[in-house]
Amino acid sequence: MHELGITESIIDIVLDKAKEAGATRITEISLVAGELSGFVPDCIQFYFDFLSRDSIAEGASLHFESAPAQFRCRTCSAVFQPNDSSSDCPECGSHGVEVAGGRELYVKSMEVE
Amino acid sequence: MKRIEVVQSILEANDSIAARNQRLLDENEVFAINIMSAPGAGKTSLLLQTVAHLRNGLHIGVIEGDVASTLDSERVRDEVTAVVQITTQHMSESCALIATMVDSALKRLPLGDIDLLLIENVGNLICPSEFALGEHRKVVISSLPEGDDKPMKYPIIFADADAVVINKLDLLPYVDFDIPSFQNSIRGLNPKVKFFQVSCKSGAGIEDWCAWLLQELEDHRQKA
Repeated sequence: MHELGITESIIDIVLDKAKEAGATRITEISLVAGELSGFVPDCIQFYFDFLSRDSIAEGASLHFESAPAQFRCRTCSAVFQPNDSSSDCPECGSHGVEVAGGRELYVKSMEVE
Repeated sequence: MKRIEVVQSILEANDSIAARNQRLLDENEVFAINIMSAPGAGKTSLLLQTVAHLRNGLHIGVIEGDVASTLDSERVRDEVTAVVQITTQHMSESCALIATMVDSALKRLPLGDIDLLLIENVGNLICPSEFALGEHRKVVISSLPEGDDKPMKYPIIFADADAVVINKLDLLPYVDFDIPSFQNSIRGLNPKVKFFQVSCKSGAGIEDWCAWLLQELEDHRQKA
């Protein structure tokens, strides 16, 4: 339930950017949350509705984009989606991989008036 | 209507507080370990064993973040230099320590008197992996009853670990936990990781683990 802290950070970021842009209302916020990041969009939405009250972000709609979990083979550099049973490279069969995607968590863009 | 491109990490605020925590620890020559695991894997037990083995040579501080822990017993308080239990208003619903909680805990610790700081995170394999605290090493404990498939289910926490402690080794005859396969799947994600096989109940393997911890502390001091 660290979504509470995460949502506070999201609101800090968007209010800051809106102020810089001289906006009076935030209508839409686009977020990217990687599959491996373990954040629950519904939970962020719930806290957002509560925490954004009486700010220029109140009523803004949140859009979540998921970023897939991806591994990169340390031997042949192939990028692939892992499954639950093995992290071996499907191209060359070697064992060493690094996490290449799925950890993202950022505010991508927003619509303001 | 206007579109603004932002592209700003939501964890940036946490990361910058974590970096500040680490600077404060470094100024005071404190070596900090973030201990993470699922609930019941043995964070508190490993902490107690570690304190029992190292307290004669080191001044040890403890930050206790696990709400389910029983560490705040008088016995432990007597054995370590200082203990801080994190009890913020958010703590009851928190699934991980975050850098601000550690920041306030550090203010309540006599950092100048501490060599080794053990931070017991909240029992969880997902959330703690997202939040840097300012620690110098990350340690994950996996206990045999949890099963050997956890690295595939929760790859991030294992990919980032400096050491993985396999606990409850005394239960090996009773559970289907394939230790080589478990280690192999973590090495695939994290070739530099160190493994320790221990039983906090019997004390087996604790010396190796403590020797590593001391060596890491020494290496860290040399680099500083």
